[in-house]
Amino acid sequence: MITAENVSVRLGNALLVDDVSVQLRTGEVLVLVGPNGAGKSTLLSALAGDVPLANGRVLLDETPVGEWRAVEAARRRAVLTQHNPVSFPFHTRAVVEMGRAPWRGMPEEDDDEAVITAVMADTGVDHLADRAYPTLSGGEQARVALARVLAQRTPVLMLDEPTAALDVRHQELVLKLAHRHARAGGGVLVVLHDLGLAAAHADRVAVLDKGRLVAVGPPAEVCTAELLSAVYRHPVEVFPHPRTGVPVVLPVRSREEEECS
Amino acid sequence: MRARTKVVTLFAVLLVALVVVSVVSAGAGQYGVPVSDVLRALTGQPLSDPYAEGALWAVRFPRVVMSLLVGAVLGVCGALMQGSFGNPLAEPGVVGVSSGAAVGACLSIVFGWTFLGAFTTPGAAFVAGLITTSAVYALSRSGGRTGTVSMILTGVAVNAVAMAAVALLMFVGDQAAREQIIFWQLGSVAGARWSYVWVIAPLVLVAALVSLAVARRLDLLALGDRQARHLGVDVERLRLVVVCVVAIGVSAAVSYAGIISFVGLVVPHLIRMVVGPGHRVLVPASLLGGAVLLAAADLLARTVVSYADLPIGMVTALVGGPFFFWLLRRTRTREGGWA
Repeated sequence: MITAENVSVRLGNALLVDDVSVQLRTGEVLVLVGPNGAGKSTLLSALAGDVPLANGRVLLDETPVGEWRAVEAARRRAVLTQHNPVSFPFHTRAVVEMGRAPWRGMPEEDDDEAVITAVMADTGVDHLADRAYPTLSGGEQARVALARVLAQRTPVLMLDEPTAALDVRHQELVLKLAHRHARAGGGVLVVLHDLGLAAAHADRVAVLDKGRLVAVGPPAEVCTAELLSAVYRHPVEVFPHPRTGVPVVLPVRSREEEECS
Repeated sequence: MRARTKVVTLFAVLLVALVVVSVVSAGAGQYGVPVSDVLRALTGQPLSDPYAEGALWAVRFPRVVMSLLVGAVLGVCGALMQGSFGNPLAEPGVVGVSSGAAVGACLSIVFGWTFLGAFTTPGAAFVAGLITTSAVYALSRSGGRTGTVSMILTGVAVNAVAMAAVALLMFVGDQAAREQIIFWQLGSVAGARWSYVWVIAPLVLVAALVSLAVARRLDLLALGDRQARHLGVDVERLRLVVVCVVAIGVSAAVSYAGIISFVGLVVPHLIRMVVGPGHRVLVPASLLGGAVLLAAADLLARTVVSYADLPIGMVTALVGGPFFFWLLRRTRTREGGWA
């Protein structure tokens, strides 16, 4: 659905993304992880066609992403950015409704009401419909922004840290929604910070370090103690969950006074 | 449904206010004409007082129409600017229209240009307004994109240069020119004639029609440029259209009426406080609201002190400034944010 071939992104003299080739396949949740500054968000921007490439190319459904008309691209892939401020006090429902904009004048426009109601229920923001967006809490705003992106009803979803402001319940909810979307024939690219979430919910995990793609594959293969400890420069333990067998990733935690003693 | 009732009520109130203010304004002044006579004149019936009829058609009506046109275009351009920059403090002056037009007007006044007859000063102001706005737009582009912040900051720089040019021209000009410049800058719709109205009206009409056409897409810009692009908006083109409309509309308005600040800033705020930020309602309502506000301000300017025609820009700012501040305080305490 999305193919990156030898993509590099340069900002000034800094090489933020260095020769990355990766593919988002139909029906999968691909999770992008890596330490701060590894280039996760920049890679996502590059795949979304937001930043000029220094090298390589990005294909959206076999056509270079820059060659799509904005509205055509908006019917194929939706992008959730990290921060989603809204300049004016629009009501929550109006913000979600903006996600339907690419379908204006199309037969799909008839589904607007049903889609908006469904995605607001899915993300648990239906009770906020008449609240002004700027008065919502950070986590509520994040879910409304996600609802807006889901309302686009695109095959491809690109989510940049959709769980960052959310509590445990809503983190799981978001990744469940991502899964459902993938199983229904879509493709979901998610940037995550929480390695536990990544290991539990990803079909494939891509690990970025200093702009380079160091590993990509199923969590069981990629989420190993050696690899993650090296990439994060911090000892990380990985062990199978006693009941489900899913890899559990935990940083080795030590308190400063214990280290001193 | 409550929202829809609000919208209908707002438009009804604005339309009634528009008619009432226009009729009262046409009748008021040094030579008072009763409202019944104004209505008779409007419906084409002859008046018993021929002098009153002459005054209405030659002086009052063009003046009222001019104030409506100028107010409408300032209101709608304010809504466009705030919407396209996603910034509640943006107003047409930000992109240099007003200060650029001022430079053009000053040039024609100081150097006594007359090549367009009575249209010389407005014509020079119009062209200079367009040039300045284009300059701001061109200078703020980099890498094929125009950032909101870079555009506002470029506007600040260009405005500063324009104001320096105005200061220089005032220094160069003689006493009479200086006086003329000062009164031009204070703003006024006095001396409006039908010939001016016919020049302005088509420009205002074009600005209004284009504004209504793009209104819906402006909502998406509230999410930010990148998000709007991901929703299928050609942000660059939309912003270019908005800047063109603002340049043409406001240059036209400013060229005749001088600098009337504040209408473009305050009208969209007032509308937003009543019906919320959706541009499909905000844009047409700002058009009507601007017209009503400026016509009322002109009425006030002519009647508050007898035998004196106060500068209209001063009236809008003096009355509107504190009122605006009070409204902002109220909204901030109630909703916890800019409205």
